[in-house]
Amino acid sequence: MNTSPPILEFVDAVKSFGRGETEVYALRGINLAVAPGELLAVMGPSGCGKSTLLHLAGGLEAPSAGQVRVDGRNLGDLSAEDLATLRRRDVGYVFQRLNLVPSLTAVENVMLPLELDGRSARQARQAAIAALNTLGLSHHLDRYPDDFSGGQQQRIAIARAIVGERRLLLADEPTGSLDTLNSDQIVEMLAALPRQFGTAVVLVTHEPRFASYADRVVFLRDGVVVDETPRPLADTPAALAGVG
Amino acid sequence: MAVREGLLALLDDGRRHGYQLKTEFEQATGGVWPLNVGQVYTTLERLERDGLVAVADDNGQKSYELTASGREELGAWWQAVPVDDPPPRDELMLKMLMAIEHGADHALAVITRHRTALLALLQLRRRERRDDAARPDDLAAALVSDALVVRAEADLRWLDLCESRLAARKEVT
Repeated sequence: MNTSPPILEFVDAVKSFGRGETEVYALRGINLAVAPGELLAVMGPSGCGKSTLLHLAGGLEAPSAGQVRVDGRNLGDLSAEDLATLRRRDVGYVFQRLNLVPSLTAVENVMLPLELDGRSARQARQAAIAALNTLGLSHHLDRYPDDFSGGQQQRIAIARAIVGERRLLLADEPTGSLDTLNSDQIVEMLAALPRQFGTAVVLVTHEPRFASYADRVVFLRDGVVVDETPRPLADTPAALAGVG
Repeated sequence: MAVREGLLALLDDGRRHGYQLKTEFEQATGGVWPLNVGQVYTTLERLERDGLVAVADDNGQKSYELTASGREELGAWWQAVPVDDPPPRDELMLKMLMAIEHGADHALAVITRHRTALLALLQLRRRERRDDAARPDDLAAALVSDALVVRAEADLRWLDLCESRLAARKEVT
């Protein structure tokens, strides 16, 4: 069992939109901790607060009350600059829409967060190629996103999200635009990351098949965690050997 | 009832002894459908009574083979499709229908509990598959595992629909 301090923690986190009579609660007091190297799946009906949860985790939105901590740091205490640095270095995102820059090549897309962080082009390129290789992409890396299939584009997007040893990956319905075979491959790759690199992954999905890859599944309803599956007692050596 | 047809299908490949049928049935079903010998012999006696198998003495041991009627019965079984069956009466469906009678909140609690348990089951199967990756040649076991997984997924989808319908009704009222 993983006893490391959580990489991501929600403490009585509340998020509401609007005020007074029109105030709507997206999250109502979330308490949740994600350990380094844990794959957590978040499920729930449309409008239950799944995506808002990810937005708070990545500092894209601030909680209305309570705290969201990444690696022990309360995001509410960080300056805009520190928050931007955290998003570049520690947290990666994968969305249903790929959000690749069409005018940059595959490798340039993956280099982008490292270059924004001040790394040299040479260092960034090396790290980007390594990340793409991890995702099974080693050819035609200087081609543009449109030259790749949907599944390959999503792999480029995941490479961009993990490049630079990011410790927390937030994935919001990452297979939404893909066919079944590509979806399975993408989720298998995401599921391998925790054990390959110790990356914690939070996967929002409505597909039970994909949620079943997770170490733990939490269920949201009306902005509240209503239940969760138990953590596995232990990962057997065979299980560990089978991933990656 | 399916044991009966399973034995007929095995006998389609030729004459068999009772214990041989038990072993082959268990192998063919990936080890998830154990039979006791008594059950096999009782079924064979009924098949003999109905004229679907014939018994012969094979060095003091009984052996069984299909009759023409048995072959016909087996053919009809291969042809039958699920649409011919009566509507399903599974326990989860009954439980949900009863739970709704006890109010939406009670029904939602039942949905939550079952959904978590089914997801935990899917997680367990996924881990078992990782452990089983070393022996990919056991086709029967893989097919049985697939069947259990997709059934759990189907139940989960149905529970999602139950929740959506309950939520929609809540909004209307």
